[in-house]
Amino acid sequence: MKLLLKGGRVIDPANGLDKIADVLIKDKKIAEIAADIQADDTTKVVDVTGKIVTPGLIDMHTHMREPGQEAKEDFASGSRAAAAGGYTTIATMPNTEPVVDRAILIEGLKQRAKEAAVVNIEIIGALTKGQKGEELAEVGDMCQAGAVAFSDDGHYVQNSKVLLNGLDYLRTFDKIIISHAEETTLVEEGVMNEGKRSAMLGMKGRPTVAEDIAVMRDILLAEYADARIHIAHISSKNAVELVRQAKKRGVKVTAEATPHNLTLTEDMVDIADSSMKVNPPLRTDEDVKAVQEGLVDGTIDAIVTDHAAHAEEEKDREFRYAPSGFPGLETAVGVLLTDLYHAGKITLPLLIEKMTASPAKVFKLKKGTLSKEAPADVTVIDTEAEWIVEKEKFYTMGTHSPFIGRKLKGKPIMTIVDGRIIMQNGIIID
Amino acid sequence: MVESKNVSLRGKNVLGLEYFSADEIELVLQTAKEMKNIIKRDIKKVPTLRGKAIVNLFYEPSTRTRSSFELAGKYLGADVINITAGSSSIVKGESLRDTLLTVEDMGIDAIVMRHKAEGAPEYATKVVKAAIVNAGDGAHAHPSQGLLDLFTIRQYKGGFKGIKCAIIGDILHSRVARSDIWGMRKMGIEVHLAGPKTLIPRFLYKEKGIFIHDRIEDAIENADVINVLRIQLERQKSGLFPSTREYARIFGLNDKRLALAKKDVLVMHPGPMNKGWEISPKVAYSSNSVIQEQVKNGVAVRMAILTLILTGGKGNEVIA
Repeated sequence: MKLLLKGGRVIDPANGLDKIADVLIKDKKIAEIAADIQADDTTKVVDVTGKIVTPGLIDMHTHMREPGQEAKEDFASGSRAAAAGGYTTIATMPNTEPVVDRAILIEGLKQRAKEAAVVNIEIIGALTKGQKGEELAEVGDMCQAGAVAFSDDGHYVQNSKVLLNGLDYLRTFDKIIISHAEETTLVEEGVMNEGKRSAMLGMKGRPTVAEDIAVMRDILLAEYADARIHIAHISSKNAVELVRQAKKRGVKVTAEATPHNLTLTEDMVDIADSSMKVNPPLRTDEDVKAVQEGLVDGTIDAIVTDHAAHAEEEKDREFRYAPSGFPGLETAVGVLLTDLYHAGKITLPLLIEKMTASPAKVFKLKKGTLSKEAPADVTVIDTEAEWIVEKEKFYTMGTHSPFIGRKLKGKPIMTIVDGRIIMQNGIIID
Repeated sequence: MVESKNVSLRGKNVLGLEYFSADEIELVLQTAKEMKNIIKRDIKKVPTLRGKAIVNLFYEPSTRTRSSFELAGKYLGADVINITAGSSSIVKGESLRDTLLTVEDMGIDAIVMRHKAEGAPEYATKVVKAAIVNAGDGAHAHPSQGLLDLFTIRQYKGGFKGIKCAIIGDILHSRVARSDIWGMRKMGIEVHLAGPKTLIPRFLYKEKGIFIHDRIEDAIENADVINVLRIQLERQKSGLFPSTREYARIFGLNDKRLALAKKDVLVMHPGPMNKGWEISPKVAYSSNSVIQEQVKNGVAVRMAILTLILTGGKGNEVIA
């Protein structure tokens, strides 16, 4: 069975391609990109005139909650949310119950992904045993079981020697560490950005300096070890500048940002609704602008959602007691197109690059491109479609998103994984 | 004088003074004045809220706020019950949502709530239709305290124009300070804040009429009102200041510092006091102290709040 996407604007940043062309998919691979490809009897033809055809989107920072937290999300619901959002590859974080800190868990989750997921799921292993930050987990063993990267996400690796050991040790395996950079002693029990809003709400704040110090330490350790480090969900203006300077002097640091830290500020925090509660928190307008600038000038390599669904009863309670995080896979493309692309802050090819070729490069994935013979993971986007975010339509089990009720312009309309259409017009085809 | 027909608090939730207009605050203060006359009577019970049911839902310990809300409801003829965290299904892990729904189903008209978590009363308004009165939420707001502080200032000073108020101590963790700041600014009082810098919010709005001082002497100088905040021992334990001894010496209100203020300065404290720490016993019981009067006014102000939100103030006719 062949699939022919006819007449779309094909944007493939990995190959510097941006033109109107047809895309032919054959045997689960990209077969040809050219003008006026002729279909034969065995070819299914889809007219995508006026739409954008891109490599399947990649999100290297999600929480699929397996094992142990299936009341929040699981591979079935989470991967369907990914497909609905135009993602063909996602990576899941190891802060689960138990923590994914050994090879057998990596193997088990890869098997679960095959059985339950509709998109590719990469598994990120814990850097330290139990994510306790005390001693390295069996990262080599996990590499051989297929872990894509390592992270104690959700926790900062407070002990500098432990992180330095990780940076050195992982050189053998050429895998990257993803750092949740918030200095623990400075964030304490903070529930939102420390700023004007928290001051008058009386809520404990998480100051930007906690992120800045952590990012600086991580950069210095990576520089010292001559190793690669990836800064998760960067959100503060100073942290962006620290990464920018480090990159200039050749430190092997990369960084990612979330749609919410690229678009929302602390002013949106509603004391009665935990939908805006997330770590790192929503910052100020100045920080948001700096993150946007960092994305455009290359300081920030990738966009990730930090998709983190929780059970409804966990989020539907007092702000302080509700867990941090919210789902993001199904709103990312719409939010980014509306608030960045349509707002004139980023070009379409650059935005697509941050969601395809660039994360693929950071994590050394053979994905994120429409090169001939590449896996046929493809996303089709309608940049002009207007829609309203409704939680009733979510595939994720998460119910509390800061974007619910927002009117957005632009959304993915087709997701193709391994040559098969798994989402069309927002509906998952099982 | 504000005509109550223009402003009504009927059906309004009392969550924080940031949500109140100056006219609404004025209405509460006017109504509280009438209520204070009832408390002075030999027979205090009036039928204003007869047939209404009020629950005091307290997740934190409290003496004066809980008992004054309870007496306020009872003087007005309402049925008042108390639910405290330690002796209810809350200890069995019942969520706030379910507890609220449970009391609402019993026919409660108003829920007076105290809670550790900032925003819990705002959250409650999304769960139930009963009127919510915030009796203190974390470090966020304590609107009835803010209103009784204004009432007390007016009682002695006659008005708010040109008044300079110093608020001294742990601003960071104080819901009283935040409600005072909102209320005082809306009524035109100049607010001066001081205390150890570790206990002053770093990004406090630098709005017109709010001044932050490094030394408490600078805040107290020439003040008409000094509101001394309670200092909690746990703040010292978490390293925010070195010792209670040092706190008393550098940030405590004693007669020497009191002398910097105007002669007729009012000394207020939301209670409970740590005498010898934030305030010297001599100052606490001096002729400038109106701390006991605040307690009396607390009942009157809470009677006004309950009357206004449950009847719109029409009950005033019954009272007269």
